[in-house]
Amino acid sequence: MKTESWITPVILVLCSLLATTAIGEQEYTFKPGHASLQEWLLPAVPYPADNKPNAERIALGKMLFFDPRLSGDGNMSCATCHSPLFGWSDGLPTAKGFQSKVLGRASPTVTNSAYNHLQMWDGRKSSLEDQALGPMLSSAEMNVDLNKAIKFLQANATYVGAFAKAYPKQGITDESLAKAIASFERTVISNNSPFDRWIKGDKKAMTKQQVNGFKLFVDPDKGNCAVCHSAPNFTDNGFHNIGLESWGQENPDMGRYAIKPIGLMKGAFKTPTLRDITLTAPYFHDGSAATLMDVVNHYETGGSVKTNLSPNMKALQLTPAEKNDLVAFMKALTTPPQAFTLPVIPPNNF
Amino acid sequence: MTMRVLILISSLLLVGIAQADSYEVGQKDKKFTKDSLEIKVGDTVQFINNDPFFHNVFSLSDAEMFDLGSYPQGESRDVTFTTPGEVEVECAIHPEMRMTIKVQE
Repeated sequence: MKTESWITPVILVLCSLLATTAIGEQEYTFKPGHASLQEWLLPAVPYPADNKPNAERIALGKMLFFDPRLSGDGNMSCATCHSPLFGWSDGLPTAKGFQSKVLGRASPTVTNSAYNHLQMWDGRKSSLEDQALGPMLSSAEMNVDLNKAIKFLQANATYVGAFAKAYPKQGITDESLAKAIASFERTVISNNSPFDRWIKGDKKAMTKQQVNGFKLFVDPDKGNCAVCHSAPNFTDNGFHNIGLESWGQENPDMGRYAIKPIGLMKGAFKTPTLRDITLTAPYFHDGSAATLMDVVNHYETGGSVKTNLSPNMKALQLTPAEKNDLVAFMKALTTPPQAFTLPVIPPNNF
Repeated sequence: MTMRVLILISSLLLVGIAQADSYEVGQKDKKFTKDSLEIKVGDTVQFINNDPFFHNVFSLSDAEMFDLGSYPQGESRDVTFTTPGEVEVECAIHPEMRMTIKVQE
């Protein structure tokens, strides 16, 4: 009995030490609901001062987002590449644009894009409002004739009424069109995953394997994932060249460098969120990873092509069990999908 | 006379060198520790990475263009500013990191 009385506290202290990991200067205690982990919970959805979301703006944006009649051939909407069926992406390695032309980059998910500091893989758009018209006007994507699209909207009584309610006295313009779409996109949020519930204190929300995967994820000496996929949206909003094979090909995609001509940005792309990651395969900006294990295998190598590699990349020392734990953890980042209700788009005027 | 002029010029140059100041700007929690800084031509700014991951420091401003590459926690790199003007300093990896240095004559 005496032995037990001192062994138990010692074991508890040892367990406590093992459950704590220092991440740089950040120390986490891996207990559900622990104060040290609360930085992983997402804050309220941010929005610009001149486009505060309301029901009318969101409803209008939802109609516009799903309306193919705005596109050049009348057959593509924002939802063609950012579909709720595929985690607000398209399930393709890289997008297919105007007349199914294969594009160079994967369709990024709309999920949690409201939290992005910059939009697009190369960060060339500064806000959702700024981004909304980009793919619409691109001849390689929706190939929208903006004048024609605005005339179509202005000639449709339902749209005229919806714009008047959502953006009184602002008219139907490229600006109000973009604002409405951005308002809808800000409703596509993932913040109730098993991981979120575990962080809030639900002990049963994640399995032991997933908790271990989380430890590996944030440990710079193991997964080293959180160095870029950081709290709370699993992104540092930064740009990195992660050494994909496509970077080693002739005339590779220069990524961020086209926007910021700094050497480090050659072949660098924005760190994507990992929230709802199970819904958006295949992975990476070039769609080259079919599964989450393929992603882990890539990072384990420290990058296939080392030229101009992000300084945060390094080869990882992981056992097969640890790799499985990392994948299991990433599967805990998906908010259980709900059935999505499509909008009723305004009928054609006859 | 020539000697006096040379001594005077040398003294002025020495005074000029002595007056050049050094400033320190950290990179902490994905922010520069100063939003703005006013310095003089000839002053040096030392950029120190205090975060546990790599940062970069660059400027594409006309007044002073530089790219200090990337470096880890604890390391620093210096820039001596030689032209008056406003210099936007950024981190290429983390574009929300920005600061302004006003370089005066």
